[in-house]
Amino acid sequence: MCLKFLYRNTIYFMTQNSQIEMNFATMSASIVVENLVKMYGDLCAVNDLSFEVGPGEVLGFLGPNGAGKSTTMKMITGFLAPTAGRVQVCGYPVDEQPLQAKQRLGYLPEGAPAYSEMTPWQFLNFIADIRRPEARDSRLQWVIEQLGLEPVLHRPVETLSKGYRRRVGLAQAILHDPEVLIMDEPTDGLDPNQKRQVRDFINEMAQDKIIVISTHILEEVEAVCTRAIIIAEGRILVDESPENLRERSRYHNAVTVQTKIEESTRQALQSLSEVAACEEERDGGLTLIPKSGRVLEEPVRGVLQSQGLNNVPLFIQPGRLDDVFHELTQHAEESTA
Amino acid sequence: MPKNPLPNLLPILRRELLGYFQTPVAYVFITIFLLLSGAMTFYMGNFYEREQADLGAFFTFHPWLYLFLVPAISMRLWAEERKTGSIELLMTLPVTVTEAVLGKFLAAWIFTGIALLLTFPIWLSVNYLGDPDNGVIVAAYLGSFLMAGGFMAIGACISATTRNQVIAFILSVVVCFLYLLSGFPLVLDFFQLWLPQLVVDTIASLSFLTHFTSINKGVIDLRDLAYFLILISVWLYANVIVVRARKAV
Repeated sequence: MCLKFLYRNTIYFMTQNSQIEMNFATMSASIVVENLVKMYGDLCAVNDLSFEVGPGEVLGFLGPNGAGKSTTMKMITGFLAPTAGRVQVCGYPVDEQPLQAKQRLGYLPEGAPAYSEMTPWQFLNFIADIRRPEARDSRLQWVIEQLGLEPVLHRPVETLSKGYRRRVGLAQAILHDPEVLIMDEPTDGLDPNQKRQVRDFINEMAQDKIIVISTHILEEVEAVCTRAIIIAEGRILVDESPENLRERSRYHNAVTVQTKIEESTRQALQSLSEVAACEEERDGGLTLIPKSGRVLEEPVRGVLQSQGLNNVPLFIQPGRLDDVFHELTQHAEESTA
Repeated sequence: MPKNPLPNLLPILRRELLGYFQTPVAYVFITIFLLLSGAMTFYMGNFYEREQADLGAFFTFHPWLYLFLVPAISMRLWAEERKTGSIELLMTLPVTVTEAVLGKFLAAWIFTGIALLLTFPIWLSVNYLGDPDNGVIVAAYLGSFLMAGGFMAIGACISATTRNQVIAFILSVVVCFLYLLSGFPLVLDFFQLWLPQLVVDTIASLSFLTHFTSINKGVIDLRDLAYFLILISVWLYANVIVVRARKAV
């Protein structure tokens, strides 16, 4: 079990190239999910899910609505009991030692529910009464400052804007400085500025915590996650870094010619042996999609130069996450249909 | 000092109790309770016409008052949390189900206790008008408070089974009504048809009214006290089971 964990993490970090050091002292700070199953009557919401998350990771949980993201998070946090399988948080099995596991968890449920008649000040004090963080007063002060709750501190939560409510939810989740932070759609329903604030906040928290967020916003995965798991129909489809995920896209290394070109040039480009397909861009440009594993930039430049076009701007596409997401989840839906 | 077995009971109780007074619930409930109990005492109980220096006319109507007012408080205990999703927050905090169930129940019970204490002017009046046996009155207050606890425990458990407060209210009223009248033909006739006499007698002995009436007379029988305390414990235990079971749904 431990060996398996070590092995998977080593492989993972090698492919990541970002984390060179592994801190063995904090190895226990982890989430281990083993063969998790949740049935709602006949409906299988989560189907044999297994994964592990280690320190320093920000895991993005992706999937279409109803894929089982929230259900999985509810089982990790101990709100729902799994039909089969087990979850460990920081070495504590959630079913057998729920209090120890919950002490190490911070959780932002979907929609950031709170007691709406309370003010953020009363609400956070209630959480502090139960969580009993060290240096309670300074900790309260710290979260209030971090999340900019000062101006609304004494107004009932029900009168607050969505953005502030979300911040109250985040404040509640990090009040006790948990080792593991789980957030269900933390930016859902927020305006672009608020989304950005929440993402900046997650990035700040990421340094010394394990973070799991669920989302169906793909840009979010790129903005905050070091790893992405795509699930559909309660199963893991992919588990890799956002960069690797993007490489799965047919647009990975595709070349976009960012100007209008003559029909003859276009035909010359299309007939290149490396080109698998080409698509018109809305602004009149042309995107050339490479056959798998082929590099397009050089041959395209060659063709353009032979037509006397020397300074045409080219854009090498990194790949499109939404495309990968669509491909993967569409496939899953078709195979079960 | 022994370790507190329920360290989070008090924070939950405090939060719940605070909740009543931050919404109009507390003020509406207390006002209606005082108005109705007063009106019933004077108009239906003929407080003056009886010309007796006791509070019999006041306490007689408490079971009927509680039948509707206590479920109105208890219906929101769990159903509202489920509706707003805050239950997800509460149950992922490091609290036990027992702490949550007890904290919510005690807060609601204490709240009805506060409403009950605010009826003290009627006690002052009867002492001004005559020379009542205050021991009997204290006993009756205790009985009334225990009965409110019984209704509340039933309502709390039923509230945990649904996310719909209206359903919780109606079911609680029905169950409380059955408890209230279980010593009367209305309920017993129904069971007499198909249950053995022993079971029917047991059902009859569960009546709120029988136990309340004897305390009301100033006779504090240990069996009557035990009846209410056991009833509360059983329903709260059921409440814990319901909350745990819904985790697995």
